[in-house]
Amino acid sequence: MQALHRFALCTAALLAGCAGAPLQAPAPGTHGAADTLWLDRLTWGASSADLAAVRTRGRNAWLEAQLTASTPARLPEAAKAQIEALPLNEPLLPLVQRMEVQRKAADALTDDVAKAEAQKNYQQALTKLARDASARQLLNALYSPNQVQEQLTWFWFNHFNVHQYKSNLRAMVGDYEQGLRERSLGRFRDLLGYTAHHPAMLRYLDNEQNAANRINENYARELLELHTLGVGGGYSQRDVQELARVLTGLGVNLTDARPKLKPAQDALYRRAGLMEFNPARHDFGEKTLLGITVKGQGEAELEQVLDLLATHPNTARFVSRKLAQYFVADEPPPALVERMAERWRQSDGRIADVLRAMVGSPEFEASLGRKFKDPTHYVVSAVRLAYADKVVLNTAPMIGWLYRLGQAPYNRQTPDGYPLDENAWAGPGQMTTRFEIARAIGSGSAGLFKVEGEAKDRPAFPQIAHPLYYDGIAPRLAAATQQALGQATSPQEWNTYLLASPDFMHR
Amino acid sequence: MDRRLLLQLGIGAALPTKLWAATPDSPRLLVVFLRGAYDAANLLVPTSSSFYYEARPNIAIAKKDTLPLDANWGLAPAVADSIHPLWGKGQAAFVPFAGTNDTSRSHFETQDHIELGQPDEGGRDFRSGFMNRLAGVLGAGSRLEAMAFTDQVPLILRGNLPVANQALRDLGKPAINAAQAQVIAAMYAHTRLAGTVSSGFEVREEVSREMAGEMEAASRGAIAAKGFALEARRIARLMRERVTLGFIDVGGWDTHVGEGGATGQLATKLGELGKGLALFADEMGPQWSNTVVVVVSEFGRTFRENGNRGTDHGHGSAWWVLGGGVRGGRIAGEQVEVKAASLFQNRDWPVLNEYRAMLGGLFRRMYGLNDAQLAQVFPGASARDIGLV
Repeated sequence: MQALHRFALCTAALLAGCAGAPLQAPAPGTHGAADTLWLDRLTWGASSADLAAVRTRGRNAWLEAQLTASTPARLPEAAKAQIEALPLNEPLLPLVQRMEVQRKAADALTDDVAKAEAQKNYQQALTKLARDASARQLLNALYSPNQVQEQLTWFWFNHFNVHQYKSNLRAMVGDYEQGLRERSLGRFRDLLGYTAHHPAMLRYLDNEQNAANRINENYARELLELHTLGVGGGYSQRDVQELARVLTGLGVNLTDARPKLKPAQDALYRRAGLMEFNPARHDFGEKTLLGITVKGQGEAELEQVLDLLATHPNTARFVSRKLAQYFVADEPPPALVERMAERWRQSDGRIADVLRAMVGSPEFEASLGRKFKDPTHYVVSAVRLAYADKVVLNTAPMIGWLYRLGQAPYNRQTPDGYPLDENAWAGPGQMTTRFEIARAIGSGSAGLFKVEGEAKDRPAFPQIAHPLYYDGIAPRLAAATQQALGQATSPQEWNTYLLASPDFMHR
Repeated sequence: MDRRLLLQLGIGAALPTKLWAATPDSPRLLVVFLRGAYDAANLLVPTSSSFYYEARPNIAIAKKDTLPLDANWGLAPAVADSIHPLWGKGQAAFVPFAGTNDTSRSHFETQDHIELGQPDEGGRDFRSGFMNRLAGVLGAGSRLEAMAFTDQVPLILRGNLPVANQALRDLGKPAINAAQAQVIAAMYAHTRLAGTVSSGFEVREEVSREMAGEMEAASRGAIAAKGFALEARRIARLMRERVTLGFIDVGGWDTHVGEGGATGQLATKLGELGKGLALFADEMGPQWSNTVVVVVSEFGRTFRENGNRGTDHGHGSAWWVLGGGVRGGRIAGEQVEVKAASLFQNRDWPVLNEYRAMLGGLFRRMYGLNDAQLAQVFPGASARDIGLV
């Protein structure tokens, strides 16, 4: 601790224009290490504000406020202003149509050089859209008071994964994610229905190509395997094929045109934004799947199947287990999963209720501090710890770190989403990369305070040794970590060691 | 003395690298996993099958466009300059109708299945991949002998033996200095990540030493490779010197839509892959004669094209075996005439060459493994030698 105080003082001196509030450790015996651990699990890294709330009002009150959180969240002004400055408010239909105009104009050019240039510009504009969405995601993770909702937003995107680099999905991932955020604590059935009609999903898993007599099974299979029942969930190849038939005609229309239909089919046509149900492409034959008969009636067939899937006990179990894998342990205790699945059944798949069952369990309590952070948890919690309420001005370095660590936003190519277990993230090469990132974050502002158009970062320095540290983290550091901190020869090195410590790798 | 311990004592870094380099002539194995299930029938084209041309009206590769391999098979023109020359030298063989007994047609399920290499029936242990068990049987002493050239340690290399991983796409100088590395490693000394952390530092240092040679070559005017070719060349540098068991994966093969034929989406991917593997063979130099590259994919695709000029998830695939000592220039393994009646479930290539039996046979030849050792690598499988080396 001696070394720490020394560096805390140096650090304050390094901060240009810092108010220089003296760092004080709270009185002994009042430390909030247990509450900090609890918050580390339920948030993107405990903050002093949340710790104060838990300690004055209690865990239950904090959790209830989180589970009933309203959208939009009230972010600190500096973060809110950055999000509002991002061009993400344009509705998806005109946005995508505008991008289509740009694409077609580029493709139509006859001069090769001009064409290549225009195509590059189009690609860059798409990439910028996904980057802006990533920035919003990270600013929300860092500063939204609705921390449980933000973790679930990430979880659901990953569960219903799409990959930004397919086709023009970079224009859609922001919208897709926002819809998941709004539904993240609600009923699973709503999440399932939302994703099944979002153009990002219909395009990513090729359902826009799926038509009567021109079957494409891709989405049907993943809908059963990854989104609902799980791979051992009791469906057959035949069920996949039948579900693919149910899904025929559900696709994406980027234009304003409406297909010419026979009068009988016209009433069944539906258009919502980019999504289109085209009865002329739908297979109206009867289907038999998962033990039920689905009469040919158009779009309503899918609703019937999604109702079945969302309440299926195997879905309850599969998704509960995955939630527990994210929030509790790599191998969640089966008894806990059963209780969550039971609550799923009682609550008609209300995620907030399933989470109540999970957080209130002894298994949850026993698991605290033992879950290895995935790269996103690592990077976000490190920045939250290093800068607390001082809002970063640029998230690009964080996106870069997430690329290096293999978990960049919207960048999982395959529909299974990023893995949630330690084995996937704790390889030797990955640990070394984390240490390098610990050094980058610990040693200075690292580009996090560089405003576009300015030559250098605005003055900032990672200030880890604040009250949250003394109160919530220091009391539970392992002896070996304390020893390493004592060997630091500079504040930068002290920060690096803390962020590189085994204690900080877990939540 | 254990190198990890030496590192902790701060003297490991000073050891001459020769101490734990691989024996010069020990066999090298590189497994290349094409994740996403590549369409084998448009790489290894059954040119004598009229059914192939009926089943793929839009995406079949015309016989005249292929490079004839024998009376029945032609090779996709996309690999004309890369893999076909190896075939000509007798250093490339193909095993059509290869794969697993898994019929889930799930990418993830079947990839896991292959990587674990465990019996089809019964529970699966996700902490034990077959390359890790192979490394154990071969007595890989140092961590660098088995290595994944990927961002994550893949299932295939997870297990009792700690295995290094390091993706080779972007490599800079290590940002953590030796003194800091020691302090950090000490924090982990009594945790379950102790071995992981120390071997991570070790590998990082080792790789950057190897890559220093690359920068030197570049400054002498060597052509800069990029993409998979760059990675393949870097892998070769490491496998030439010290890694004997390597793994890399390449994604993007899930061609449900607009797959293409002689040219197009799949052809472009195959071209890049072939180019990288040819560069790998070249860079291995004399070690190429001790090297076997196995190119695998989780399953094949539907034999008939789908409604979108693509193909859906199928069953049997075609695996490639390349190497200086490979008995190449031939189509290996059990075969069947390609026609409608021979399709599995009337949609896919059947699996006639089960991968565990086939790889068991290969490992027996490569490493002289006995039955008991093979049973450790592929429990419950009986090795079948189809004469690949």
